[in-house]
Amino acid sequence: MTDRNAKHATFTIERVYPATPARVFKAWADKEAKTAWAYCHAEWPVSDHVFDFREGGREHLVTGPRGGTRHVFDAVFLDIVPDQRIVYAYDMHLDRRRISVSLATIELFAVAGGTRLVLTEQGVFLDGYDDIEGREEGTKIGLDNLGRAFADQRAA
Amino acid sequence: MLNYQSAPLDLAFQALADPTRRLMVERLSQGPASVSELAQPLDMTLSAVVQHLAVLEASGLVRSQKVGRVRTCRIEPQVLHSAERWISERRASWERRLDRLGAFLVETDPAIKPRSKK
Repeated sequence: MTDRNAKHATFTIERVYPATPARVFKAWADKEAKTAWAYCHAEWPVSDHVFDFREGGREHLVTGPRGGTRHVFDAVFLDIVPDQRIVYAYDMHLDRRRISVSLATIELFAVAGGTRLVLTEQGVFLDGYDDIEGREEGTKIGLDNLGRAFADQRAA
Repeated sequence: MLNYQSAPLDLAFQALADPTRRLMVERLSQGPASVSELAQPLDMTLSAVVQHLAVLEASGLVRSQKVGRVRTCRIEPQVLHSAERWISERRASWERRLDRLGAFLVETDPAIKPRSKK
């Protein structure tokens, strides 16, 4: 029997980009642009991608390692203020199991030399994650990526 | 609404907010190292390195163990409980994604050359 539990968490991440709010907004609003940066594993084949960027519109993305777990992302865009704000609700499934339901808020502020982006995720993480394959591996990859990202940062 | 579940993560991300500590974590992500090995590439006193190490240890990201005269440090991802780990992965995945957004914005900026990124 599945051990039912729900853990809540909120986190905020900020970045300042040397680009106008309009360019940053477009990177979220345009399917081709968003595809270029937004998905975790560029090497995973995408079997389905619907992207209807308007209030009430949906994004649906199915991806995952070939022959492995299907990662399914479903979002509904709730609030869109061009060049300023995007709010969407989304859930994530691994195969048929819903692992999280979240509200994501992206706020854009014009600052000297560019745009400050503030991302806030408020989520409920469902039924633990212990028996889901790849968690340990995922943590390790995460740390490796972290190390690599810092190395890139220094080299750049 | 911040709840207690995120407290260890706050500590971890506060620990990683400092560039010196990120260098130390980067080094440890390649494997365990002694304090002097950690200090070697850093332009600071050994006692400053030890202080940074203390912050990393308090955050739970790094553990150290003294054997004889040598203190060996290692990454300790196991310290976070599963839910916290999972949430930290979600956050880390956002961090990576937003970094890629930054790279994308630079690459696609008609006004600047890609190499001019700081």
